[in-house]
Amino acid sequence: MTAYEWLDLLSHFAMLSVLAVGGALSIVPEMHRYLVNEHFLMSETLFSQSLTLSQIAPGPNILLVAVMGWNIGTQHAASIAQGVPVVLVGLFTAGLLLLCTVIPSSLLTFTMSTWLQKHQHALGVRAFKTGMLPLVTGLMLSTGWLLESASNPIMDWRLMVMCGISTLLVLFTRIHLLWLMLVGALAAGVFGL
Amino acid sequence: MINASHRPKSLWELFLSFTLLGLQGFGGVLTVVQRELVDKRQWLSLATFAEEWALAQTLPGPNVVNLSVMLGNRFFGPWGSVVAASGLLLAPGLLMLLVVYVFQSLSSFAFVQHALHGMGVTAAGMVVAAGCRFFPLLRRHVLGWPMAFALAGLSAFLAAVWHWPLLQVISSVGLLSCVACGWRLYQGSPA
Repeated sequence: MTAYEWLDLLSHFAMLSVLAVGGALSIVPEMHRYLVNEHFLMSETLFSQSLTLSQIAPGPNILLVAVMGWNIGTQHAASIAQGVPVVLVGLFTAGLLLLCTVIPSSLLTFTMSTWLQKHQHALGVRAFKTGMLPLVTGLMLSTGWLLESASNPIMDWRLMVMCGISTLLVLFTRIHLLWLMLVGALAAGVFGL
Repeated sequence: MINASHRPKSLWELFLSFTLLGLQGFGGVLTVVQRELVDKRQWLSLATFAEEWALAQTLPGPNVVNLSVMLGNRFFGPWGSVVAASGLLLAPGLLMLLVVYVFQSLSSFAFVQHALHGMGVTAAGMVVAAGCRFFPLLRRHVLGWPMAFALAGLSAFLAAVWHWPLLQVISSVGLLSCVACGWRLYQGSPA
């Protein structure tokens, strides 16, 4: 990866930071478009793996960006810093990408939250909130769709059914998400899905 | 205004509390935040928490990070924000990379590959469910439910099938939707 490519990557994620209406899951389709389809920085498999793993470990969803940074760094370690252990390069790129994605929105929050609290009933603020709601819903659904199709490229119906069951269980029961993940992993592992 | 009787005594306590929050949050930190900060530590009243949370969701960016920035600032100013957000991200981030590292070292095993597929579709189901949680809000949306669902479907389609850049989706569908909502809200409000 060239220095220019890095600059483009970091500035793109900094921009995504302030576009993340509704939170981290809203920008997943865009990350996929940028990293997999447009710049070939990681494969479809690696992307879905990153997204999946970021869901099984605890922590805010945005940590998925650190996993992406880790994968980009470890894959391109030789072109970033020769002679440095791959793990260190991965840690560095993970932190760098995460910081670029977190700082702009945090600065915005820091400077805007007091103002917004005062003007939360202003027409513009209410219009933004209600207006973005359909968009956020749509983006979340497309993130789910993306993750399903990336984890199940051959469209195995059994995996599709598992996805549906998982949706229903989360919506209508209070089952802990970790149990759900564990059952999903074991079922697919044992049956070789 | 903090009417709850407690507050973090030091930046270190703030850091540790947010580290704990991050480490407990599986698939969404909201419930953990409420239980820890409101019920257990009593740094905030429930009403204040609800207000701050609504605000953190309105602003773009990761919601829980936004919340940590606001709460940190409330107690210790700018340094509080930095410390709270770092607490939330540092230890959970390292733990997550450890998980990734272990999985990638084991990925040559067929069982692990299949298990990852299973977890992938399970996680996909969780994300879809998170999206579906907004359906009740869309059903009584100010634009009317058919329009609200149509806009949601349109943005899902543009992002997932047509691979439109997010900036374009927001500046077309998002902007239109906001303007329409603004107009409806303006009409609906007593003159």
